[in-house]
Amino acid sequence: MSELPAAARQALASFSAASGWEARARLLMQWGDRLQPLEPALQTEANRVQGCESRVWLIAERHQQGWHFRAYSDARLLRGLLAVLLARVDGEDPTRIAQLDLADWFAQLGLSRQLSPSRSNGLNAVLARIGEMVQG
Amino acid sequence: MPLISPWRGDFPGILALQREGQIYLDSAATAQKPQVMLDALLGYYAGGAANVHRARHLAAERATVAFEASRAAVARWLNAQSPAQILFTSNATEAFNLVAYGLEHEFQAGDEIAISALEHHANLLPWQQLCQRRGLRLVVLPLDEQGKVDLPAAATLIGPRTRLLAVSQLSNVLGTWQPLTELIALARAQGALTLVDGAQGIVHGRHDPTALGCDFYVFSGHKLYGPDGVGVLHARSEALARLRHWQFGGEMVRVAHYHSAEFHPAPLGFEAGTPAIGPVIALGASLAYLESLDPAACLAHEQALHAHLLTGLRARDGVRLLGAPEAALASFVVDDVHPADLAQLLGDQGVAVRGGSHCAMPLYERIGLPGSVRVSLALYNDGGDLAQFFQALDQALELLR
Repeated sequence: MSELPAAARQALASFSAASGWEARARLLMQWGDRLQPLEPALQTEANRVQGCESRVWLIAERHQQGWHFRAYSDARLLRGLLAVLLARVDGEDPTRIAQLDLADWFAQLGLSRQLSPSRSNGLNAVLARIGEMVQG
Repeated sequence: MPLISPWRGDFPGILALQREGQIYLDSAATAQKPQVMLDALLGYYAGGAANVHRARHLAAERATVAFEASRAAVARWLNAQSPAQILFTSNATEAFNLVAYGLEHEFQAGDEIAISALEHHANLLPWQQLCQRRGLRLVVLPLDEQGKVDLPAAATLIGPRTRLLAVSQLSNVLGTWQPLTELIALARAQGALTLVDGAQGIVHGRHDPTALGCDFYVFSGHKLYGPDGVGVLHARSEALARLRHWQFGGEMVRVAHYHSAEFHPAPLGFEAGTPAIGPVIALGASLAYLESLDPAACLAHEQALHAHLLTGLRARDGVRLLGAPEAALASFVVDDVHPADLAQLLGDQGVAVRGGSHCAMPLYERIGLPGSVRVSLALYNDGGDLAQFFQALDQALELLR
């Protein structure tokens, strides 16, 4: 637990305390509202994650100290999911990020249902894309 | 007046979902099944399965008789002249592909196929791909404000090069009945073949493809309270004779040599391989169930539910209906709310509706929306289902706005 980035620890604390769909939805929207919008120049087809019902863009840059991710969606709840995802992966050690179990991260937040195969929200596609980016 | 469904108790699936706190309003995707259908499916397997049309033993005879009785039941349901006009496929999509491949030899470069702007991918992509294979032109008939094919525009677009018209009967996105009589007349005047996608229409009221005058009529069993794994193609006898065999193998062959073969005519010649025997028999049971109901009572119930749905949606601020829905379903968007967010919060509250583009992506592209939320109704839904939907909708919107 102590290895978690600070933002991830904060996400874990607030989502663990949330009970019920309404509380979780409110939290997701709060987290989503904090996500910095991508400037239009970056909202390109190349940065777009395919396979999502709403539009999602994902950008990753590798720095010396770790990966830096940016993501945005035009759907609010998905923005929240992206925010808690970035809280976990942003700044993560390049050698360890490929080993992260992101499905488990969403399970810890009580958000497993967002990853069920019938969900078309695209979170699975985002995770697959991150996997490809950090492998490369 | 409370909206009570006298048939709800016949559908164990809707009751099971209700016990789980789930409200099922996604019947345009697939319908729940009546108990008699489940009994027929189990009865066939538990009573001794056998393959159809070949062996001489008792189980095979019984299976073949039941299988062919289902074909006759479908023929009766569609008021067909003969069961030989009914072809079983694995789903509606396969039926469209059967026609696209079976008719391919009739098309020449420069010929045109006309579809409408609201077609489901299943009644778009087989034609789009056929056009690409043969150098044909796909003509897309535009819609009017209500969400029906624009007839004056269709009259100019359906011309001497049109070889086939393929259109929906009832839109799976807009819930609008399409002007089939007029469209089919336009196509026939040009000597074109006509195909109707009845996947949604068949579920609401009784329809007679022969009276409609179309050459082909397609639907799927699972939306008509039947099992999945069965699609139906009804064809006019003359049109049937123009189809070439398209899938080859067991069941469809009459005489086979190493280097040549002769095939059965329709229907068997178009049912290659072992068919979905249990599901076909079970579809017969669903039709027997539907035939036992009072059609006027069913229609009145569906209309009352639909009117209640529309009234409730229209009463809410910022809710915009897509087109002017006439039956079965309504799709809507809410100002400043992403449909994906709304669909997710309805799902979180146990309301099963569909968000997204409903297998009609080009339609959404044309109307400039990222998707919508669709509520669809069936015989077993009642006023309670709609009350819970509206309550969940209000809560979701309160949260999102």
